[in-house]
Amino acid sequence: MTIVLEAKNITKQFPGVLANDQVDFDLRQGEIHAMLGENGAGKTTLMNIIYGLYKPDSGQVSVRGEPIEIHSPKDSIQAGIGMVHQHFMLIPVFSVAENIMLGDETVRYRWALGGKLDQKTVAKRVRELSHQYSLDVDPTALVGQLPVGIQQRVEIVKTLYRNAQILILDEPTAVLTPQEAEDLFRIMHELTEKGVSIIFITHKLKEVLAIADRITVMRAGKVVGTVKPKETNEHKLAAMMVGREVILQVEKKAAKPQEAALKVDGLKIRDFRGLEVVGDISFEIRGGEILGIAGVQGNGQTELIEALTGLRSVAGGKMLFAGKDVTGCSPRTLTETGMAHIPEDRQRHGLVLPYAVADNMVLNTYYLPPFGVRGILQPKAIDANARKLVQDFDVRTPSPYVPTSKLSGGNQQKVIVARELSRAVKLLIANQPTRGLDVGSIEYIHKEIVLMRDLGVAVLLVSAELDEITALSDRIAVMYRGQIVATVEAKKVTREQLGLWMAGGHPEGVPSRRCPEPVEGCCA
Amino acid sequence: MQNSEERTSPQTKSILRFMRLTLNALGVPLLAVLTAMLVGGVVIALAGGDPFRAYLGLFQGAFGSPKALSETAVWASPYIFAGLAVAFAFKGGLFNIGAEGQLAFGAVMAALIGYALPGWLHIDLPAFIHIPLAIGFGALAGALWAAIPGALKAYTGGHEVINTIMMNYIALNLTSFLLNGPMRDPNPLNVVARTPLIAESARIPPLFEGFRVHWGFVLALLVAGLVWWLLWKTTLGFEIRTVGANPDAAKYAGINVKRTIVLTMAISGLLAGLAGTIEVTALNHRHELGFSIGYGFDAIAIALLGKTHPLGVVLAALLFAAMRNGATRMQFLTQIPVDIISVIQALILLFVAADAIIRYIYRIRARDERVVLTRGWGG
Repeated sequence: MTIVLEAKNITKQFPGVLANDQVDFDLRQGEIHAMLGENGAGKTTLMNIIYGLYKPDSGQVSVRGEPIEIHSPKDSIQAGIGMVHQHFMLIPVFSVAENIMLGDETVRYRWALGGKLDQKTVAKRVRELSHQYSLDVDPTALVGQLPVGIQQRVEIVKTLYRNAQILILDEPTAVLTPQEAEDLFRIMHELTEKGVSIIFITHKLKEVLAIADRITVMRAGKVVGTVKPKETNEHKLAAMMVGREVILQVEKKAAKPQEAALKVDGLKIRDFRGLEVVGDISFEIRGGEILGIAGVQGNGQTELIEALTGLRSVAGGKMLFAGKDVTGCSPRTLTETGMAHIPEDRQRHGLVLPYAVADNMVLNTYYLPPFGVRGILQPKAIDANARKLVQDFDVRTPSPYVPTSKLSGGNQQKVIVARELSRAVKLLIANQPTRGLDVGSIEYIHKEIVLMRDLGVAVLLVSAELDEITALSDRIAVMYRGQIVATVEAKKVTREQLGLWMAGGHPEGVPSRRCPEPVEGCCA
Repeated sequence: MQNSEERTSPQTKSILRFMRLTLNALGVPLLAVLTAMLVGGVVIALAGGDPFRAYLGLFQGAFGSPKALSETAVWASPYIFAGLAVAFAFKGGLFNIGAEGQLAFGAVMAALIGYALPGWLHIDLPAFIHIPLAIGFGALAGALWAAIPGALKAYTGGHEVINTIMMNYIALNLTSFLLNGPMRDPNPLNVVARTPLIAESARIPPLFEGFRVHWGFVLALLVAGLVWWLLWKTTLGFEIRTVGANPDAAKYAGINVKRTIVLTMAISGLLAGLAGTIEVTALNHRHELGFSIGYGFDAIAIALLGKTHPLGVVLAALLFAAMRNGATRMQFLTQIPVDIISVIQALILLFVAADAIIRYIYRIRARDERVVLTRGWGG
């Protein structure tokens, strides 16, 4: 088979980090080549070099045997390389056709004020491409109104429209439901059959084994090896990524639930436009159990967690925490009552990035003795706390006084976990606690969460990763369009069933909650 | 178990850290000043002057004699206070353009307490009561004036840049009304808008007999230390810096973000108010309309040049003071107009604000830590 893309001997040095160390990589015509590696392993750096966002210190990228100089994404598009980023680069208020031609506009009457956009020709071409690769994209639809799965297809069409023959997909399944992911895999196969070659970046081992033709594993800037799915398995791949044996299955004993720590009754949340984003939710979590909330992102989980942690006001309903009515209480009151919160967006809510690790470790307890005494910070107590937590929670940092921004994502998350779990807590709310983290950190954080449960803490876990939910939870609630559509024992449910509920399928035997009154954006 | 590095006491470490950070922080501003002087030199040469003689004159005028030093310190006093005011707001994520108005308002209040209070109370106040009263009320006036845009920002989302500018207009016109009307010096010989002289008991004395440099300069240095202590050693400072660096995280951490914003602006205004107060009580002994024009805006340049750090602000204020003070001698020696100093100051500000230029010229790598100037409109 012809090699369409080859990167030879790529080395890229960032201050203090050798991001790529003599990396060799090749992509054959019509294959799906998975890039696997922990965060910071160098896979993104390599892709950015291929896509022209970074310049390598040494090494050569060749396309179809010809060495090419890539200085910008424009050059790589010229060379037939297209990239679909994890976060879509689409303009929601533009139509599909407008988004696709953006940056490469087809124009008629160029002499008149720069010309008129030729929507028709673009739409025709989009339909052709869509038909050719069974993508099913309507060029006239507004992007903002499309589901995430379809938006991703728009991104793919966008690259095909620019005649891309090499596709780089960066973590494409992170935002999809299991069903949407299946669709994506079908499309990927369709593309490779027609001769397109695909680089598939991911950290999900199951997907890699299911879809890739070859798998290249990177660790610490180096290529550890390239293997075929038949020759390997999840354990071997994980060990290659981390460099040691990894326990993929979370080991946990049966839960010993105690009395309810948190009771939520009829909670309603409206967004800034007054639309109901969470409608009439009721549930309870008992000490010593993990309640997992499954659901595709954007179904009200974020708003629910913000309301539970006091960051967002509620439109109705009641919250009882540790026997106290805490509806509308401030984050400080909730923290003092014994709530720990691992926020969804660790860099936005969980950390002050320019602050030293030591300061972030007292971010919500700085005013309490021993850290703050009569309004004066106590550097010795803060220092002792930081040193202890760095040790206990294995935070990899040169010193407790480096800015937290210098730490890797996994270690940043460990700072938050250390801070939240080192207090006496009754309830832990963990929202996407392992998103974007490497296998080693995930393993660690999962262990900590189970440990808290065994100590009698009530745990509310929100995750878009179905594997994480099923691995950790004792009970699972599925959220869809601001409602809990099903609550089940974790043992008594299959992935497929959960996936169906997440996509809006009505659970058998569990009556689906209807909105009390028809509200836009809910049950619409 | 512990290695030798681990055993270094936290104090030693923090001193080392502090020195390293100081060196890092000084890099760009120093180079900005140097570059501005070079470009300024070219401008002087183009205008037909001798840049070396000009800068020599500038230096002599600023530091060449005890009197020159004294005058530089006199200039520096309000600059330090006003620079601290703007820098303090920056630390809390707020851009206080209103130092000008807060300063004028502080000066009005200090003057009022200074000349009118003994009359109202029908007693002669001793200096140790009268001076603190004048300073305190002047500071309070500045604090109140700044707390208004602070509250507007916190509770309505109105942007503090717009609102402090508007408050400047109100303050300056109100001052003009007061100095032309109710507070005007009734002396029949007076033809300008100014208050009567403040009582002797309200005057901050000079440091040395025969020189104008006064205890207000010492107070400014003390307050700079106090601001540093407040920002980095107290829980309140932690709250202010957290709100400034990441308001979302501050909210998550249970900090009352709205209250903190109002408080940050109030303290910023208090410092600006002190700048005006010092000028009235230690130097002019009255409020004359327009004496402070431009201080509040120079303060922004000083805060930026000082990288919003209290120590940096003191150094930047001394530099600006030296340039203002030395300019007269420079003009006397070389006939180069003092306005060239404004050009150089503008260049310094330009190079500090657009530090990419300096980094490009001297090949300095960018750092993560950036000064947060202000957050999005309405944010």
